[in-house]
This record gives sequence, structure tokens and C-alpha cells, in this order.
Amino acid sequence: MKHESVETNAGLLIILTLAVISVGGLVEIVPLFYIDDTIEEVDGVRPYTPLEQRGRDIYVREGCYTCHSQMVRPFRDEMLRYGHYSLAAESQYDHPFQWGSKRTGPDLARVGGKYSNEWQVQHLIDPQSLVPESIMPGYPWLATTPLDYSDIDRRMIALKRVGVPYSLTDEEYQANVEKFGEQHARMFDIRDAEENLVAQAQAENFDGNPGTITEMDALVAYLQVLGTMVDFSEYDDGHFAEFR
Amino acid sequence: MSTQDNRDKDPNQVETTGHVWDGNLQEYNNPLPRWWLWGFYATIVFALVYWLIYPAWPIGDSFTKGFNTITFEQGGEERTMHWNTRALLAKDMQTGTYAVRQREMLEQVAAQDYETILQDAESMSFVNAYAQGSFGTWCAACHQVGGAGVVGQYPNLRNDHWKWGGTVEQIEETLHQGRLGYMPGYRDTLSSDQLNQVAAYVLSLNDYSVDQDDADAGARIFTGTDGGCFQCHGMDAQGLTSQGAPNLTNDLWGLVDVRGAESDSERQRLVANFIRDGIQREMPAFGDRLSDAEIKMLTAYVHSLGGGQ
Repeated sequence: MKHESVETNAGLLIILTLAVISVGGLVEIVPLFYIDDTIEEVDGVRPYTPLEQRGRDIYVREGCYTCHSQMVRPFRDEMLRYGHYSLAAESQYDHPFQWGSKRTGPDLARVGGKYSNEWQVQHLIDPQSLVPESIMPGYPWLATTPLDYSDIDRRMIALKRVGVPYSLTDEEYQANVEKFGEQHARMFDIRDAEENLVAQAQAENFDGNPGTITEMDALVAYLQVLGTMVDFSEYDDGHFAEFR
Repeated sequence: MSTQDNRDKDPNQVETTGHVWDGNLQEYNNPLPRWWLWGFYATIVFALVYWLIYPAWPIGDSFTKGFNTITFEQGGEERTMHWNTRALLAKDMQTGTYAVRQREMLEQVAAQDYETILQDAESMSFVNAYAQGSFGTWCAACHQVGGAGVVGQYPNLRNDHWKWGGTVEQIEETLHQGRLGYMPGYRDTLSSDQLNQVAAYVLSLNDYSVDQDDADAGARIFTGTDGGCFQCHGMDAQGLTSQGAPNLTNDLWGLVDVRGAESDSERQRLVANFIRDGIQREMPAFGDRLSDAEIKMLTAYVHSLGGGQ
């Protein structure tokens, strides 16, 4: 094909340009879907509970990802500051993942359990009251807005369609019991989603206000579970290197 | 793209791209500069070499691992595997120049007892450098960068006021297992007059001017069964570190901004309100997040901030 015919035909030029550009992405991304080692074999990673999942939705809604990444990279300085580097397995139930590469604020991949619930609540309401030099905006409405969980079952069904093993039938529930244990499996059952969400919010009372289930409850529940599912003391230094 | 050398040709003989603008503007089809062309070939050679050395090509459900290897220690044995960033990190954590120096110092300090560390200038300079980073990561969010805390929220670590004790053993325990501080609210137990009286008594212990009758009545509530404050704070209000109950007589205030109050009545009101509402605060446990050596560093650091006992 002569160059001229491409250059003088805008439609053809666009199609061929797109084809060439997609090669770069395709050769890097597609093989990861069928290479066995992409997702590491590791114990402990589970889907989010209904409450955590709603917290994650709020995290995405408020755009937390524009300033906070969720990926500790395998470098010494990151490991010393944040903890063990992130595994692909740890975000296998994230749709979409929150890895990011823009760190205006610190990485949050291992923030779970690092601070108390009270701290998280106070910090989200007014960050500067605890970190005077912080440029993070406050999110005070989270503490006063009741959490809308009326559609939690439909949200979970949507996630189930893209591969998160929430259960709708007894067989699926049994499979989850075998994979995650009974206690967790109950939380992943879509049929009891609303009940489970309310129960967890009341039992753990993340926002310190037992009366209402607020968006703050959900977001703090989510933040407190980030990066805590894998017990890294069970694995040797080189274990996860085998998968790369 | 022409590959002939056009330098010796007459301008009219040089091949053009065939594009003509404004009737007579044309574009020579000159060859690529040599340096550029060879640079291009070099990148191809580089890629071929790279494919041989590093993980590169996907093949079925696996990929080419490359011939480059990394050796590091795993479970007490030497392990050699194909080059990858995770193995590189494992090696760097084990044998990197700074990692080794850091570990040597960590081991040295970990082997010393607190008395030695606190008196040894070399150990303390390492503790200060190391713990400052750890403190910034783990502690400063609440206790603030300098350790001065936030009045009403998080304790000041630089003064003599210790809810859970300021000896190295107690600080280490606090770091290791965390603390759950709790004082019940007295809104249902005491009337607002009684709350004011207890507040007056507590303030009188610190030489603030209050109504003496109120203070006397407050003392009876504090040390009697009506309030029962003495059960945690002690009959002399000196506090009880096993309960996390602070000393109320040293004029050091972590939770109520007594010193910042503008008037005597305002001060008394703040204290009374605090007794009415009670408080619950939690310090997370770090025993499962930090190594014993790191907790030791932080203990020595916090102890040396000024208030260590």
C-alpha cells in the first residue's frame, strides 16, 4: 500500500493508527490473562463484606484515588515505610482496581489497622486538626449522611458478573464455605447482604455513633481492611518472587 | 524513504516526496542521517540482548525467564532464581550496603538493655535517626511529628504526664499491646451541681482558685461511693497507671484544655463537661506490625523525648 493512499484517506489513517497503537497495550496486557503466575498463590485474600464494599464505592465516589495510590512497589524504601509490597492477588476482587500512580497523599494499600477508628473518623472530618500541614480536604458530610444500602444486593450481583464470588445459590454458598470458611462465606451471600451490612456496622460501630449507619461507617470499615488480609509472616522472603 | 546518498547531486536531481504546495514548494526525499540510522539498529540489538537476559516473552501459560540470575537467602539456604524485581528486593534487603549497616546497628542496639542504650551516644544517635522515621510513619499521625500530641485527643509524649506509665518497660508494653483507655460518663450518675463540685475539687488540687465549699463537696464525691473516682484515680488523685488513669494533681492536662481556658468559670465548666461525657480512646497495638528491635528503638526514642521516667 502506498503511503500516499494512507495519508490522503483520513478514515483509513485513523483505523491503521489505532491498530498500531493497540499493539503496545495488547502485547503487554493480554498475556497476563493466561500466564499462570500472574495471580500469586496466597492464603487470606477474600472479597469485601457488603459494608466494606459500600465503603469502597464511597472511596471511588469521593475520588480518593486521585491523590492516593493503593500499591506498595517492591523497593526497599517503600517496604520500610508502608510494609510488604502489594500482590496482584490482593486486588483480584477489586473492580476496578485502585493501584494508581499519583501519590499526592500517601499510599493506602496497607493502611488497615494502622490508625484507630476514632483517628480515621476525626481525620476524615477535619484532616488539619490532626495533621496541620496536610492539604487533604475534609469530608465532614460522611459522618452525617446515612448510608444508602437499599441496592446493596444489586451492587453485589453486578460484581458477581465480573467474577467476584458472591453467592446467590446454596451451591455457590457451599463453595464459598470451603474456600473462605463459614464465617466469611455468610458475609458473601447476596441473599443476606442487607442484614449482614447492618449487623457488621452495628457490631463494629466504626464511626463511634451507634445510632445510625453512616457513610463514615462504610468508608472506615473499608480503610481498616485494606492490606490486612494476607499474613506475610507465613511466607519467606523469596516466596512471591517465584511468581515473577 | 530514499537510501541513496544525495549529497553530491545537483538539487534538481534529488528525488522529492512528490508533494507540492503553493505550486512550487517541494520536499526532498533525503536519506536518514547515519547516526540516527545506526542508533535505530542499536536499539534492535539492545532488544535482542535484553530478551535473552531478562524476563520478556510470554509463551503459552508461562514466559521466558531470561538467563540473568539473582542469589539471595531464603529459609537459611542460598537460593538462585531468574532475575526479577521481587528477588532483587529480597537481595537488597539482605545484602544492600545500607541495609547491612542498618541491620548491624539494629542488632547492636537490640542486644543492649535500655540503660545502656540511653547512655550510649552511638546507640542513641542511631535510635534517634531510625526512630524518627518510624515515629513519623507509625506514631506522628496521632502524637504529631514532635510528639507533643493534640490536646483533647492524643497524649503529649514530651512531658511528665503518663497515663500508662513512663518507664521504658511500660512504654514498650504500650507499644506492643496497645491501650484502651476508658472513663465512663457521669451524666446519669451525678447532677450538674455535683459535676461542678468534682470539677472544683480536681482544679483545687492544682491550685486553681475555686469555691472552697464546692471543692470540699467534690472531694467527698471523688473519694466516696457517689462518684467513685478514687477507684481509678486513687484516693490522692495521683492516678493509677494500670488503669490508664492519669494523675490529676500535676497541672498537666491532656484531654481538657484547662490552661487554655479564658476564665475560672470556663475552666470549671470544661472539666465538668468532660466528667459528664466521659471518654474512650484507643492506641493500636504494634506488636504484630513492628519487630521487637523496632519497638525497642521507638521505646528508647519516646523515653528520650523529655518525659521518660
